Amino acid sequence: MARLQLQGVVKRYGGNAVVQGVDLTVEDGELVALLGPSGCGKTTTLRIVAGFTEPSAGTVRLGDRDITHIPPYARDTGMVFQSYALFPHLNVAQNVGFGLEMRGVNRAERDQRVKQALSLVQLGHLAQRLPRELSGGQQQRVALARALVIKPLAFLLDEPLSNLDAKLRIEVRLQMRALQQRLGLTTLMVTHDQEEALTMADRLVVMDQGRVRQIGTPQELYEHPVDAFVAGFIGRCNLLAGKMEGTGQFRSRSGALLPVGGTRFVAPGPLTFALRPERVRVAPASGTYPGSSERHVSARLTAITYLGSLTEYHADLDGASLLAIGPTPGTQDILRRLSPGDEVFLCWDDDAIRLLPGE
Amino acid sequence: MILLKAIGRLTLLLPAKLSGLAMPLWISVVYTLMLAPVVILAVISVFDQQIVSFPPEGWTWRWYLNAWDHPEFATGLLISLQVAVLSTLIGVPLGTAAALALVRSKLLGKSFFNYLLLGPLVVPGVVAGAALYLAYVRWENLLDMDITATLGGLVAGHTLLAMPWTVRLVVASLEGMDRSAEEAAVNLGARPWTVFRRVTLPMMRSGVIAAMLFAFIQSFENLDLSLLLVGPGSSTLPVAMLSYLEFRIDPTLAAVATVQVVVIGVLMVVTDRFVKLSRIV
Repeated sequence: MARLQLQGVVKRYGGNAVVQGVDLTVEDGELVALLGPSGCGKTTTLRIVAGFTEPSAGTVRLGDRDITHIPPYARDTGMVFQSYALFPHLNVAQNVGFGLEMRGVNRAERDQRVKQALSLVQLGHLAQRLPRELSGGQQQRVALARALVIKPLAFLLDEPLSNLDAKLRIEVRLQMRALQQRLGLTTLMVTHDQEEALTMADRLVVMDQGRVRQIGTPQELYEHPVDAFVAGFIGRCNLLAGKMEGTGQFRSRSGALLPVGGTRFVAPGPLTFALRPERVRVAPASGTYPGSSERHVSARLTAITYLGSLTEYHADLDGASLLAIGPTPGTQDILRRLSPGDEVFLCWDDDAIRLLPGE
Repeated sequence: MILLKAIGRLTLLLPAKLSGLAMPLWISVVYTLMLAPVVILAVISVFDQQIVSFPPEGWTWRWYLNAWDHPEFATGLLISLQVAVLSTLIGVPLGTAAALALVRSKLLGKSFFNYLLLGPLVVPGVVAGAALYLAYVRWENLLDMDITATLGGLVAGHTLLAMPWTVRLVVASLEGMDRSAEEAAVNLGARPWTVFRRVTLPMMRSGVIAAMLFAFIQSFENLDLSLLLVGPGSSTLPVAMLSYLEFRIDPTLAAVATVQVVVIGVLMVVTDRFVKLSRIV
């Protein structure tokens, strides 16, 4: 395994730049996820690393080699495709052995390594099957084994779980993560599923319109987003555009006034008030007064959504809608009696609020 | 296989509300219409009388023996087989290459080439045959070598017949192909030619095999294009049958045609063992 490094990578199609200067590093043994809405350039970036797409500018380094202009078949990357891309006419063992065959590995060693790789993904018993005789999850594991067996310098995953059903996806991503950590695979993964990215990656790269918005650990991105786009993209977030009014007050564009606490440094110009819904506490206006350390506003409930272990409260504050998520209250809890239309207090701590530049 | 598919298409023309017995009835009508010529042919070939009339006066194999006694049928069959095999072996690879270029390359004017390659399907066989004949004569004078009435000239003409089918069938199988399998092969270290040989070609195998079947049948049963291109004593089977018909009418032709049908039938059954024809055609 090796370190993967992209510097100033640009891809233009005609006058249209789909990747506009991406810098990122995947450390040896690290799993980095490229995350973003469709069309943000994440897949193009991955294909540039694999060599299927020639960058218009910039360099790609893998280990101590500059691979920017090396053809894809000589790059030593192992890619797992969204559609798995198994060879339909070859059986499982032949699929997995293909890369070794291309490397001129002799028959005996090949068989040995194929067997090893298949047992790694627990498919040793299906070696003679054709891909179409396997379930989606099994095909995905064959694709994994096929990419692993060549001992690539970097492991590239293109939406590897998107074709699996929800339950299997959770299982497989845990297995893949365990395997990646055990083997110390330098991995670059593309996904549009933030939950997948949060649970699997050491670091995330949030991309939008061909640019990197933020790189960081899941915690950093969730708790310290640099802008409203990242805040909105990673997890759910109450985002209100507006500006500061005096000290400690934020005026949303719809006119709602929100307390944000003491003095804090904020960039000049338009701002976005960001508050995670799980940091908002709902208290009945008629019940106990909010704790003194908390800021609070009074708002009107518009909807209550029961999600089993959690309950969502949608509230309206002078035209600004706010979402609060909390554990579903017990049967004796006073919150249980709330219904849409009720007046409530929404409370939060100062440190829950982020004022982000831009809108 | 092919028959079933065609019938399936026909049944789409059915009024929507056919119920009860109507559906099986309709299906048997369609089947009868399609199979009747073949069945009647086979039956007539064993009628024991010169002029075909019904009911037959008796049954006999003598028309088959009679056909065997006319050497032009046996040599015609051999030449037809030869021409069909050769034009398939030349036309299908050419057509496949053309299909690859049409689907994969960034060639300018692709649709022009696409129509050009379908041309032989549009031009009536007699016209194409005549045009080829005239061209051959001119080339003969230019190059000082025989082209008309040679096997080569005939094979070249039949190769044209193979092109449109091959292009259509292979283009269809290429367009339905998941290209990421080829990218996976590249990613695993395969160079372009290896990718083509080990992944692309096997994945479009069914289209190519179907194209070979069609090219063979097209050539084997072709009459109009061949008429002007065959030489004396080296007629293809359909041309030999036509010349026989000019002088005599008896069930010998039915016997020969039955043999022709059997050859194609066997070929289709054998092909179907390798590729399920119902899935591609």
